[in-house]
Amino acid sequence: MRGALPQTRLSAATREPAWVRWLLISLALVFLSLFLFLPLVSVFFEALKRGWDVYLAAVVEPDAVSAIKLTLIAAAISVPLNLVFGVAGAWAIAKFDFRGKSVLLTLIDLPFSVSPVIAGLIFVLVFGLQGWFGSWLLAHDLKIIFAVPGIVLATVFITFPFVARELIPLMQAQGLEQEEAAVVLGASGWQVFWKVTMPNIKWALLYGVILCNARAMGEFGAVSVVSGHIRGMTNTMPLHIEILYNEYQFAAAFAVASLLAGLALVTLVLKYMVERRVQQQLAQAKFAGATA
Amino acid sequence: MLLSKALLRRHTVLPGFDLALGLTVLYLSLIVLIPLSATFLKTASLTWAVFIDTVTTPRVMATYRLTFGAAFAAAVLNAIAGLLVAWVLVRYRFWGKRVVDALVDLPFALPTAVAGITLTGLYATNGWIGQYLAMADIKVSFTPLGVFVAMTFIGLPFVVRTVQPVLEDVSSELEEASATLGASRWQTFGRVIFPIVVPALLTGFALAFARALGEYGSIIFIAGNMPMVSEITPLIIITKLEQYDYAGATAIAVVMLVMSFLLLLAINGLQAWARHRQGKV
Repeated sequence: MRGALPQTRLSAATREPAWVRWLLISLALVFLSLFLFLPLVSVFFEALKRGWDVYLAAVVEPDAVSAIKLTLIAAAISVPLNLVFGVAGAWAIAKFDFRGKSVLLTLIDLPFSVSPVIAGLIFVLVFGLQGWFGSWLLAHDLKIIFAVPGIVLATVFITFPFVARELIPLMQAQGLEQEEAAVVLGASGWQVFWKVTMPNIKWALLYGVILCNARAMGEFGAVSVVSGHIRGMTNTMPLHIEILYNEYQFAAAFAVASLLAGLALVTLVLKYMVERRVQQQLAQAKFAGATA
Repeated sequence: MLLSKALLRRHTVLPGFDLALGLTVLYLSLIVLIPLSATFLKTASLTWAVFIDTVTTPRVMATYRLTFGAAFAAAVLNAIAGLLVAWVLVRYRFWGKRVVDALVDLPFALPTAVAGITLTGLYATNGWIGQYLAMADIKVSFTPLGVFVAMTFIGLPFVVRTVQPVLEDVSSELEEASATLGASRWQTFGRVIFPIVVPALLTGFALAFARALGEYGSIIFIAGNMPMVSEITPLIIITKLEQYDYAGATAIAVVMLVMSFLLLLAINGLQAWARHRQGKV
């Protein structure tokens, strides 16, 4: 149980005096207020400062609507892609022992350590006008950079590790016994996956999808490089916020920002709910492993 | 069937290895490896002298100093404050603790552009926090200090989340033994608890540092982006791209990539050390 200490454990010798406790709690809360709570509150405050009418107008205005649509499209493509390949990667890494496994594991994590700006840059180098496929794409009248496909590619790159990274530790802890038993009893490969593995990993899978989705909808740096910032065409919500902000339309910028902040809060609530189930499944797997 | 014959270390009855590994490697190559290799190939078109010139001009050097300096300072603040927050969340009970615990992850969930405009407003001289700092003649928004504030925000969860589970696992017997042997509470913390936490603390520090180095979205709003003063390295890549200086942008990107790889190695090493230590305790 996370954080819940039984009272008996806190004997006088292993706890701090009350004034120290309160001092430390206050210091922690002051720090968190300055860097977390106040920013969160101020998004909604700034968004609604000029009243509901201004807020609604900023959110239903055509450029905002098209930005919302594009953000949803980018997430709707990149999340399922990374879901399928995340599961495939986790299956290979967690259920088999093969040469090059640790290298593969490091490479899957790679997008986390690459600056978002560089994530955008690499697709410009490949598909941009001066890039590898630039003249070919131009000859066939195809556009990837400064168009929707580039935005989707950059988003896929940035959110690449999320699902695999949540699944691998859990699937490794769960081991192979259940799947092997199913195979011995005559189940086909897909039956093993859907009836044995899937129920065991569903919460971790959902957890990965939640995190992947939040990042996909909020990505700014990578998308900014490949988008070209064409209003109503290649603007996602974060890019739309930047444009509004640079035009000093602060109320409108914060109105669109408040939608994304709302999404972040929903993400945190879902994450909090799902996290416990993942912990439970992990604890079960470890317990089963210890008693086996 | 080829893959399984060539790579598998031991026989298995489970199906799907070829399909799963084949798909993963194909997808990884198309999305990550081949595009990333483009940076190194593009840079190879420059001569060594031109490359060095491009990545060491005074303006670029100024961005390294700011980016590394601010990222380091922010990671240090996050290490201290993150340890404090983790301690408070694990050890004490107070009203609203669960909400605070859940909100620590906000910087992971909040889009960086939203964080950027919000922090800029808060720390501007007429903002909720900035107005009080202005009385002390401290300006944050549109100065290098703003870069530090944004980097602190985005790195905040790392230390808390790496230290928290380790603190939870510190067994009370150790602390009781220490107290029984006459140690004061401070001594117990400094000599018993802190050494257990150090590997996790360093891992969290390195993760926060690495994240801050590459950060772009939240910083460009609050930094003011003045060349030589408050310009970060990712921004100079964008500036060069906008001037169609692809080779120059890529050269600087390669410098950043090499830095990230080195940090990644350091983090992996730290985590291995942490696992080793935890296994022993």
